[in-house]
Amino acid sequence: MYTAASFTTGFVFGLGLLVSGMVNPAKVLGFLDLAGAWDPSLALVMAGAVAVGAGAFAFMKKRTRTLLGAPVLLPGARGIDSRLVLGSLVFGVGWGLAGICPGPALVLAGTGSAKGLVVLVSMIAGNGIFEFFEKRKRVAPGPAQVRSS
Amino acid sequence: MSIAWNAFTPASALIGGAIIGAAAALFAVLNGRIAGVSGILGGLLRPQAGDIAWRIAFVAGLVAAPLAWRLLAALPEIRVDTNYFTLAAAGLLVGIGTRYGGGCTSGHGVCGVARLSPRSIVATLAFMAAGFATVYVARHLISQ
Repeated sequence: MYTAASFTTGFVFGLGLLVSGMVNPAKVLGFLDLAGAWDPSLALVMAGAVAVGAGAFAFMKKRTRTLLGAPVLLPGARGIDSRLVLGSLVFGVGWGLAGICPGPALVLAGTGSAKGLVVLVSMIAGNGIFEFFEKRKRVAPGPAQVRSS
Repeated sequence: MSIAWNAFTPASALIGGAIIGAAAALFAVLNGRIAGVSGILGGLLRPQAGDIAWRIAFVAGLVAAPLAWRLLAALPEIRVDTNYFTLAAAGLLVGIGTRYGGGCTSGHGVCGVARLSPRSIVATLAFMAAGFATVYVARHLISQ
């Protein structure tokens, strides 16, 4: 049941990315190009998504079980650290280079785009580099690391 | 700054955004999780019993969306002008950065901002700023 819900979510998410224009890297870069001919569309994508999502997250805030009876695993409040900021900056540089973030990378790969596949494979390689260093850190003695998700 | 009114697509942007928000809402209400693509995909490299199938299903849904779309209609315009070398570098940075930052455009930008999470708001401001700066350097300083 949860697996079916996951597939459906991914599928609907992918349709939304296609409709919105997020899967078109030229359009994403047009949004990120403030100094050029700026295409503000993607600000509306985010506004639309946040507006619809906010109600559901507010509804779930006090619940401990989902409508399917699964435990609610939404992250609790955590501090802002350099890891969050530096990681996000590195992500932003990559996003700015190609105009492709993780969701659109998967959808692009699904279109059969060779360039989309290259981004996806290198992205997974980047995930692998992160895991490699995380594992080394876990093995090394020291304070336990908080897992990010 | 000048606004590219000819490229501006407010209707499809808002509708597409609302669909993305609906997917995130569905996931929160049914599975109690954040629909964050980088974390869901990246978690597959740290496989744990009982934590794999839903991740694969979510990823498969994303990949299946364009396949199903194509059965009914032509895909919307997709243009990738970036060369392969830059794409590979970009993918690597996205793969590393999103994992250290604990999220991407979906997890932080959509879900986190919708939850008013301070961490996610900071992360979103950071990756947007870096994205703006990178495009500025690439388009207006390096390649004139």
